[in-house]
Parts: sequence; structure tokens; C-alpha cells
Amino acid sequence: MVNLNVKIGNIELKNPVMTASGTFGYGEEYADFIDLSQLGGFIVKGTTLHHREGNPYPRMVETPSGMLNAVGLQNHGVDYFINTIYPRIKDIDSQIIVNVSGSNVSDYVEVCEKLAPLEKINAVEINISCPNVKQGGMAFGTTCSGAESVVKAIRKCYNKTMIVKLSPNVTDIAEIAKAVEASGADSVSLTNTFLGMAINTETRKPYLSTITGGLSGACIRPIAVRMVWQVANAVSIPVIGLGGIMNGRDAIEFMLAGATAIQVGTANFIDPAITIKIIEYIQDYMVRHGIEDIKEIIGGMQL
Amino acid sequence: MKKYIKDFEIKENISLTAQYSVLKLSPIDGQMPKTLPGQFVQVYVGNSRNTYLRRPISINYIDYDKNELWLLIRDAGEGTNSMIKSPNGSILNLIVPLGNGFSINNGHSLLIGGGVGVAPLLYLGKVLKERGNEVSFLLGARSKCDLLLLDMFSQYGNLFLSTEDGSMGEKGLVTQNSVMQTDFDFIQCCGPKPMMMAVANIAKERNIECEVSLENMMACGIGACLCCVEDTASSGNVCVCKEGPVFNINELKW
Ligand SMILES: Cc1cc2nc3c(=O)[nH]c(=O)nc-3n(C[C@H](O)[C@H](O)[C@H](O)COP(=O)(O)OP(=O)(O)OC[C@H]3O[C@@H](n4cnc5c(N)ncnc54)[C@H](O)[C@@H]3O)c2cc1C
Ligand SMILES: Cc1cc2nc3c(=O)[nH]c(=O)nc-3n(C[C@H](O)[C@H](O)[C@H](O)COP(=O)(O)O)c2cc1C
Ligand code: FES
Repeated sequence: MVNLNVKIGNIELKNPVMTASGTFGYGEEYADFIDLSQLGGFIVKGTTLHHREGNPYPRMVETPSGMLNAVGLQNHGVDYFINTIYPRIKDIDSQIIVNVSGSNVSDYVEVCEKLAPLEKINAVEINISCPNVKQGGMAFGTTCSGAESVVKAIRKCYNKTMIVKLSPNVTDIAEIAKAVEASGADSVSLTNTFLGMAINTETRKPYLSTITGGLSGACIRPIAVRMVWQVANAVSIPVIGLGGIMNGRDAIEFMLAGATAIQVGTANFIDPAITIKIIEYIQDYMVRHGIEDIKEIIGGMQL
Repeated sequence: MKKYIKDFEIKENISLTAQYSVLKLSPIDGQMPKTLPGQFVQVYVGNSRNTYLRRPISINYIDYDKNELWLLIRDAGEGTNSMIKSPNGSILNLIVPLGNGFSINNGHSLLIGGGVGVAPLLYLGKVLKERGNEVSFLLGARSKCDLLLLDMFSQYGNLFLSTEDGSMGEKGLVTQNSVMQTDFDFIQCCGPKPMMMAVANIAKERNIECEVSLENMMACGIGACLCCVEDTASSGNVCVCKEGPVFNINELKW
């Protein structure tokens, strides 16, 4: 048997395959298609301190090998998550990670403080990179000082594993990653969506109500792989890679670039059972290449 | 209701007009999932860079004796075009069934459809009729040749037709059809949004219960991405793919 275990901060994943926030609901939406306990982990929807209605419709448009979205963090707030969602999902035998968003530092801190006592939530993913909300979100993730202010404040009150999700909409993502590491993050995940835009040339109207939105899917993969490689070379905390992973081969590519674990996002829409196929592919790949421990693949690109 | 990702074989691809086809599908494993009228499927068409996501398509008809699920497809672009061009014997991968269906009321329902929106009404009419209800269909199209599957519809209810050019039935829009003035207990409607809004207005004026089926742009189709939302009176933004696609008009902010 091959060993698929990886560690991110203080949490153990039974395999490196997780699902990306905002693409996997609360996991329950996929329960008809896969056994959720087979996943290394799943990251639930972006959660904020208070209820958010999100952006007006239309919120998505398909683009070549990808899609733009402008959901805008629609969610019922952290208390609703704790009281209503958490009891329903807490017994799933997988790492459940909550993706946290805010429009100011104290919001982030308050959400993390509320999540900290939950026995089955042993990690948060701090979203400082959402391109779809007016205040905060991506603003924190595009400067070193903005990222530091959020991460330092959360570190003071949150002792469990903190993953920080980086924005790709920056000139030098490795600089931001280093600032986040120095401020106390246990891991970084990248990338979030790329700021994009599409116009209907017949009506001359933008496709999204917010004009711009976040690009995801296969079309972003080569840029995301490059960024993961740059960040993995710049920091010593584990890197979680994502962006356009469609199959097992793509997952291996991110790991060779330096990712300790990966997340699958938009691909879940096309094949809701893709995560399980990716896990199987990784096992087969390891057998095929005579690899016993998944850690041998991490950063294993050969020059 | 349990959802499945399932391969179906195209038993028969029947071209109705240059723009429309009916695909009669059978599950490869022989197991037809349980479905309700008004539910839809997500069809995998990932065969080019322009058809990255699945395409939502209503369940047109289910024939449990022949183990067939029908899709009525209008050629709207690359994805639907590739479905229309699929030869008999080829495989389509579906996620099925999705969403909530129409209400199955007891009484006389008027089922109003426009364009490809007639699709789910055939299955709905069949189920209503089987439950012993009186069913009337009011179907509208631009012209005679766009009125589809009339022989099928007429098996399950009275037919009232409208065409914009007057080539069949009454000339004008469905909302102008004289049957709109007659008595019935419910309206259930699927078609272009302006048509559904006009029907909803009449239903409100006449105080008749009315359901409409929305076609918001979708990514996942299973309630995971929150892309397909409609703003509702009591619950704010809700997912059309999960809470819909059928809504009572009192729920909508139209
Ligand atoms: C719940 C639901 C049920 C549907 N049922 C049917 C059906 O029974 N038969 C049928 O032929 N079509 C149906 N549609 C519409 C169908 O999904 C679209 O026509 C199809 O996705 C277009 O894909 P394409 O690749 O052919 O064209 P594209 O090139 O992707 O688009 C062509 C045109 O179709 C529009 N379009 C794209 N996606 C949608 C969408 N989700 N809803 C409405 N318009 C869209 C685009 O704005 C564009 O103008 C349904 C849609 C929904 C949401
Ligand atoms: C519809 C949608 C909603 C998303 N919502 C969130 C979110 O709430 N928080 C977050 O950190 N990322 C969110 N993302 C970004 C994804 O988690 C992921 O970073 C991105 O889609 C790139 O991965 P992919 O190409 O595999 O989808 C969202 C993406 C999509 C497509
Ligand atoms: S299409 Fe994803 S939630 Fe409806």
C-alpha cells in the first residue's frame, strides 16, 4: 500500500485531495455522488461574520475552458454555520476546513474566535483574495502590509491551523507568501480566481452584474502552477495548490511544482465525482512509478 | 431525491425541424432514476473549449415502459448543437434528476409553453392526466413549424395554439389566446421570461395559482456554486437549480 498521508500545520490529511471553497457547498451537495469520508479534506463555503446576500444575478458566464463568477460571498454568517450546518456535517470522517472572509480585520478575528471551539474544525482558510466583494477581500491580499495585518491579528487569537489563501492578482505572489509566513500562517493555498471580464458584443452589456469577476477552471492552470512553484521555493510552510485541476494528472503536476496538497474547484461542476477519480489516479501513478510515500512527489520536478 | 451521474445511450435522435430535435435516451445500466415533471438534467458536452460546463436541459418526457427519458433540444449554440448532431447509439452523460418539479395539483391545469419551454409540460401533462385531472395545453410559437410534438401533447389534454404569424391556431401571443379568459384552477408555465412575466400578471389579476419554471444561467446545477440565484420575496437569493427551477409566482419579485 502506498502512503498518501500529508500534514498541513497540525492537521493530518489521509490524502492530499481537498475541495476548493465556493465550489463544494458544505459537502452535502455532493453526498449522492461520492463518499465524503474518502476526501483528504473539504473547504466549505466562504463564511463571514454576518449574513451576506451576495451580488445580483447574473453571477456567472462560461469562458474558453473556464468560467467567470461573481457570487460575492453569499452566506448566512458564521453563527448560522455553527448552529445549523456544523451539526449536520461534523461526523464526516474527513478534515472540514472553514473558509473565512471579512471586510475588516476585526471581522476575520471574530469569525475565527467563534470557530475555534468547534471540535471537528481544526483549520481555517483565510480568504484574503476574493475579487468579488467591494471592501476588503482581495484588498488585504494584494499588499504585504494588508496581508500581515489580517494574519497577525488572527494568529493572536486562533491556535489551530491557519491556512492563508493568496490572491493571484499581484505582481509578486512570493513576496506576499513570505509576509504571510512571517506573520504566523501555517500554510498558504493558491490560487484564488483571477480578475477577469467578458462583454456580450451583441447587447454591448457585461455578462456579470458586477462587470468584473473571478476566472477559474482549466484556463488558469499554467499560471497557477507557475505561482505554486514560485511560492514553494520562497517559503518553508506547506503550500496547497489549486487552479484549474481537472484530473489526476493535473494534481500530480501541482505536487511536482511544490504543493503538499491540492484543491479541486470548478472541475466538481463538470464531474461531481472527480475528486475520487483523482485520488485513485494518484495511487496508480505512485504504483506505476514505484513511489511508496506521496511526500517523494512534493517538489519533485526534475530539471 | 437521489441524484445520479449516469451514461445514457441515444436510442433515437429525431430531428423535428432544422432547429429542434428530440433525443430518446435509455440508461446504459437499465436503471431509470425516479424523476418528477419539471426536473432537469445536466448534460456533459465537454468536447471543445467552448463547451466547458454541462448544459441544463429539462426532462421532456419519461416512458417507463420503454425505459426512455426524452430531451427536447433547441439549437442555441455549440453545446446544444452537438447534442442535436449526436448519432443514434452514442452516449450522453447526465446528472439526473435535478431541482424540484411542478406541483401535482388536483383540478384543471392550464399548461402554458412557449418555444422550447414546452419541453417539461409534456411530462407534467402526462402525470396530471394519469392522476385523473383535466389538462389543457396552451402552446405558442413564432410559426406553425415551431409548434412541436403536438401529437404527443394531444394524448394528454386539450390543445390550444397560438402563433405570432397566424399560421396555426390563434394569431398573436399566448397571453392573447382566448382560452386565457376561460375557467381553470391552476396555471403552470415555462417559456421565455417576458412570456412568463406576462402570464404571471394575468394569473395575479385573475387570482389563479401560478407556477413558472426559470432558466437562470447555471454552473453546477446541484446547489453548490450559488451562481444561478433568483431574488425571492421570503428568502432573498435562492438557487434556481435547487429550490427551483419551478417557483410559485408569489415567491418571485416580478
Ligand atoms: C433549468 C433549465 C432547463 C432548460 N431546458 C432546456 C430544454 O429542455 N431544451 C433546450 O433546448 N434548452 C433548455 N435550456 C437552455 C439550455 O440550457 C441552453 O440553451 C444551453 O445551455 C445553451 O448552450 P449552448 O452551448 O448550446 O449555447 P451557448 O453558446 O452556451 O449559448 C447560446 C445562447 O444560449 C444562452 N444560454 C446559455 N446557457 C443558458 C441557460 N442556462 N439558460 C438559458 N439560456 C442559456 C446564452 O446566453 C446564449 O445566448 C434550459 C436551461 C435551464 C437553466
Ligand atoms: C462559483 C465559485 C465560488 C467561489 N467562492 C469562493 C469563496 O467563497 N472563497 C474562496 O476562497 N474561494 C472561492 N472560489 C475560488 C475557488 O475556491 C478556487 O480558488 C478557484 O476557483 C480556482 O480553482 P479552480 O480553477 O479549480 O476552480 C470560488 C470559485 C468559484 C468558481
Ligand atoms: S448552478 Fe450552482 S448553485 Fe445553481
